[in-house]
Order: sequence, then structure tokens, then C-alpha cells
Amino acid sequence: MEAFLDTFLNARVLARYAPDILAGALVTVLLSLLIVVCGVALGTVLACLRSYRMRPLSALIVVYADVFRALPPLVLILLIFFGLPNVGVVLSASAVLFAVLTLVLGAFAEEIVWAGITATPRGQWEAARSTGLGYTQALAFVVLPQAVRMVIPPLTNRAIAITKMTALGMVIGVPDILGQATTAQSFSANASPLTLAALAYVALFLPFVVASRWLEARFAVPGR
Amino acid sequence: MEAIAQQFFDLEIMAKALPLVLRGLGMTLLICAVVIPLGFLGGLAAALGSVSRLRMLRYASIAFVDLFRALPPLVLLIFLYAGLPFAGLRLSPFTAVAIGFFLNNSAYFAEILRAGLLSVPKGQTEAARSTGMGAGQTLLHVTLPQAVRNVLPDLMSNGVEIVKLTSLASVVSLGEMLHAAGLVRSLTYNASPLVLAAGLYLALLWPVIRVIARFERRIAT
Repeated sequence: MEAFLDTFLNARVLARYAPDILAGALVTVLLSLLIVVCGVALGTVLACLRSYRMRPLSALIVVYADVFRALPPLVLILLIFFGLPNVGVVLSASAVLFAVLTLVLGAFAEEIVWAGITATPRGQWEAARSTGLGYTQALAFVVLPQAVRMVIPPLTNRAIAITKMTALGMVIGVPDILGQATTAQSFSANASPLTLAALAYVALFLPFVVASRWLEARFAVPGR
Repeated sequence: MEAIAQQFFDLEIMAKALPLVLRGLGMTLLICAVVIPLGFLGGLAAALGSVSRLRMLRYASIAFVDLFRALPPLVLLIFLYAGLPFAGLRLSPFTAVAIGFFLNNSAYFAEILRAGLLSVPKGQTEAARSTGMGAGQTLLHVTLPQAVRNVLPDLMSNGVEIVKLTSLASVVSLGEMLHAAGLVRSLTYNASPLVLAAGLYLALLWPVIRVIARFERRIAT
């Protein structure tokens, strides 16, 4: 038991590297917030644009959403991080991680919000238009609020799944929780930083996972 | 423009990388063949636990699911692969990937199957039991088939997510597709092998995504 604690929860190692991992937590939180805000906004705007049913534009949006849902984020991260500098575009590791995960979340969010828009009953459109609202007004004030309410649970789940992927930044050297922990682990020759990292991720994400369970019950549409 | 073509679409380098990348694809598929059925079974066990009448079992199942939904799979994988050796337990990359992804996928499959099980009306179970079927038979022949059918699109999307997830195995140098492509990239200083791998992922998964979209439309109407 003592050997176990010494290896996985070594007080001396934990005290030495806790500040680093805390700094990593700040990076993880900031990146996650930025990704969620920008990704959901991007997806919502694209879903709205798609509802205008302009052929070439809709086709482009569908292709974008399909490609970014089919490609593993780690492939995109490596592709951009290692590919772009050779054509003269140098982005920091954090910027690459942010851009890729925002585009990936945007693709999923577009599909989810679009599903919400198409699931809104036709009568809502017709009633809104008949009161004199234009198409854009009907979309913004009548349909979108209902659509978003319907899709909050799947959107939350997806946002959690994708913000968790900020851990992939470790591969290209983003100093997030996992990045800091693997560095600390190799310096200290001890597994405790990894334990601390795992605990930090659970502490950060578990509240959202539990909340998503609650949201699902709260926003359940009766009879569906 | 030419620089971009050379850096990302160098056909010569792609052709050289192809055999290695295809061998990697074989490993990707092998991981999937191990991890998807295991994850499904683990998920089914956790889903059954989470709708059980035993309170302890219910809480334990939900705690398991929530824990592994909160923990990023890469963190779990690195803990298994780089952390456990300090305790004298050295896992091969494949074992670490199999265990890590099994735990992660079980949690996601459990959440989906739980929704599926809850979507089957209680009357189905009661009717099956009243015809003399046992609890196991009822589950296997009546409840589970309906539950799976009701959440089939979600199960399939989770399958897609798992195929994408296997790319993480490259971090512990298991020679799957991304690892193979990354290797050639680091030898040639050219991103074309990664574009090739991306193309293969796309060829593999895009059709599945389209099929799922069609399923979802049919269920919606």
C-alpha cells in the first residue's frame, strides 16, 4: 500500500508539480471556454444559413460538417501543426488546437442545431410568418429559440466530448493539464503527476457530465 | 500555391507511404474489431446496472459511466501506458489501448443503451414474462432488440467515434494508420502522408455518416 501511494500519490512529487498542473488547468479551462463559445456560435450560424436553402451554400455547409465529423481531430491537429509552417504559416500549438477543435465542434453543432430547426413544427413557421414577421425574423425569434431548447442536451454532451479533446494538445506541446503532467512525470520519474492530471480532469468535467444528465431530464420533450 | 501542392499533395511521397499506411489501416481495423464488441458488452452491462432495481448497483453503474465520460481517453491511455510501469505493471501498447478504450467506450455505449432500454414500454417486459419467458430470455429476445433498434443511429455514430478514437493509439506508438502516416511525415518533412491518412479515414467513415443521416431522417418522420 505504501509503495502504491509512493508511486501514484507521492506527496513530495505532488507538492513540487501541483503549481505546474494548476497552470495547465488554467490553459485547459481557457481553451475549453473559447472552443465552446466559438464552436457553438459557428455551428448555429451555419445551421441558420442552411435553413435559407440556397443550393450551393447548403451543399458547402454539408460537406464541411461531414468532413469535420469524419476526420479524427488528432489527424487534423498534426496535419495543420506540421504542414502549415512549411508553406509559411506559423501558428502556435495552442492556436492550432483551438482552430481544429472549434471547427470540429462547429461541424457537430451545425448538424445538431439543424436537426432542431427541421424538427420544429411547420405550424410555428407559418404562424410566425402570418403575423407579419419576415423569414429571418421568424427564424431568429420563433424557430431558433425552440430549436435550441430541443437540442441543448445533445449539444452539451458533444461540447463536453470535444473540450475533453484539449488533452490532445499534449501531442504538439500545448502546456495544458496533460502536457504539464507528462513533462512532470518524465522529470520526476514518478506517476503521481499523471494521477493528479486525471483527478484534475475529473474535477473539471464531472460537474458538466452530471449536469448534462440533469439537463436531459429537464429538457426532455414530453411524448418523444 | 505550388508550395501548398508540394507540401500537402505530393503524389510521389503518398505512393511511397501507401504500403505502410495501409498496414496501419489494418491495425486500426484490428483495434476496432477488439474494442467495439468489448465496449458494447461492457456498455450493456453498465446500462443494465443503471436501470436495475438494486440501488447500489444503479449508483455504481452511473458512477462508472460518469467517471469515464469525464476522463479524456488520452489521459486514461497515458496513465495506463506510462503510469502503470512505475508500479511494475508494463502493458504492451495494444493492451493499454484495448483496456483504455474498453473503459471509455463502455461508458458511452452504456449511456446510449440505457436510453434505448428506457424507451421500450414496460408492457413489453410484462407481456414477455407472462408468456413464461425468464428474465434473461425476455432481455435477449424482447427488450434488447427493440432497445437497440430505437437507438441504432446513436450506436452507429458511437462506432464512428471509436474508429476516430483509434488515432490516439499513435501516441503510445501502436502502429495504426495515423502512426504510420506520422512516421513517414517525420522522415520526409512533408505533410502528404497525413493527407493520405485523412483521405482513407474519410473514405472509411463518410459513407457511414451518410447512412446514419438517412436513418435519422427516417426515424424523424
